[in-house]
Amino acid sequence: MSQPVVTVDYLKTLFTPDKSWLTPFNIVASIILVLGGLVTLLRFTGGLAAVTNLSDYQPWGFWIGFDLLCGVALAAGGYVTSASCYIFGLKRYHSAVRPAILTAFLGYALVVFALHYDVGRPWRLPYPFIIQSGTTSVLFEVGGCVALYLTVLFIEFTPAALEWLGLKKARNLVAGLTLMLTIFGVILSTLHQSSLGALFLIAPSKLHPLWYSSYLPVYFFVSSIIAGLSMVIFEGNLSHKYLHHKMDKTHLEEHDNVVFGFGKSASFVLLGYFIIKIIGIAMDNNWHYLASGYGLWFLVELLGFVLLPCLMYAAGAREKNLKTITKASTIAVCGIVLNRLNISLIAFNYHLPWKDRYFPSWMEIMISVFVITIGVLVFRFISTHMPILYEHPDYKDAH
Amino acid sequence: MDGIFYTLQDFMTFTKGSAYLLIIAALLGILAFWRFLTERETPSVRDDEPHHH
Repeated sequence: MSQPVVTVDYLKTLFTPDKSWLTPFNIVASIILVLGGLVTLLRFTGGLAAVTNLSDYQPWGFWIGFDLLCGVALAAGGYVTSASCYIFGLKRYHSAVRPAILTAFLGYALVVFALHYDVGRPWRLPYPFIIQSGTTSVLFEVGGCVALYLTVLFIEFTPAALEWLGLKKARNLVAGLTLMLTIFGVILSTLHQSSLGALFLIAPSKLHPLWYSSYLPVYFFVSSIIAGLSMVIFEGNLSHKYLHHKMDKTHLEEHDNVVFGFGKSASFVLLGYFIIKIIGIAMDNNWHYLASGYGLWFLVELLGFVLLPCLMYAAGAREKNLKTITKASTIAVCGIVLNRLNISLIAFNYHLPWKDRYFPSWMEIMISVFVITIGVLVFRFISTHMPILYEHPDYKDAH
Repeated sequence: MDGIFYTLQDFMTFTKGSAYLLIIAALLGILAFWRFLTERETPSVRDDEPHHH
């Protein structure tokens, strides 16, 4: 695969639209960007009340439940893939590392970007590191870990950008840090993925007992591994479909093995997650809640979005059936989103009358769609121009 | 017991007891699941071997 030399003229061509630019995807993306831009203007001129349905009952709404909780969980593919390749030595998954790191980096970057919309005074985001009333806060730990891990992911991503820019020395220097960065990434992810669950330990009376548990940090951490494995399969399948022409022989050959290996691991972790969820119900003796409306909804999540993908992954890995595994990854990703929304929105404040319950405004949802669209566009730009889905010819034997 | 616990000890005996039984069932289930997952597998490429492209 020929690698273009990055010159000013080459950079100009990247931003010069031609006729092929007018595709249905680009038109829809442009409309979303324009609408998102208008709501952004409204948010930063009119404040939170102008665009959200947030209240004192529900100060954390859709932006925290979806953009932050789901965003962080679904970006777990970065630490899961790099740990399996560099720490556990499963080199056969090497081709999955760069796309997973890129997805994770963009995921965390967009979480921080979306957080600027949600916090009342976004310019105070660095305050926990400068002015604060105590380091024992779980939120302080989450903030610290996310800031550090975003930095780690940025450094882990830079070799691809440096290869693209032709900066060999800098690239080799950063590539030498890979193992250290991977270990650092695993430690930071373990800390903040679980701490996001620990944030809800403060609200035992607000969160429905079926979702509230003293094991919430464990649930969040274990489910983040499921999210990471499933996202690598899900996103790998999309790349295979839409960016097939950008993949080299190695990526195409290794793709099936990555799907089977990750599918098998995901089925096992899902089984473990299912078991600890059942044990959680037993430890708090919450069986009787299962016969209520919320109980049925809990069973939908547990049976339809945990046990079902677990069995589908297992059957797919056993039968070597790519389609089954891909379908299971879609269900598992939806399951993670459903779980985070259940905990932060649906089963939260469950005791309130309907009139006081929170439902996001269309503008809150619009901003989330806007943020996802930015992520997809940046991912597409980077993966079509930088050596993400193929190896740069100058570094074929670099790992 | 009619689902009512009069002492903490009653509650702990019931919940811990059911959790222990569930864990035994889970351990047996994990063995069966692992067997189902791996019984058709053939030895794959070893990861400590040089990685070829």
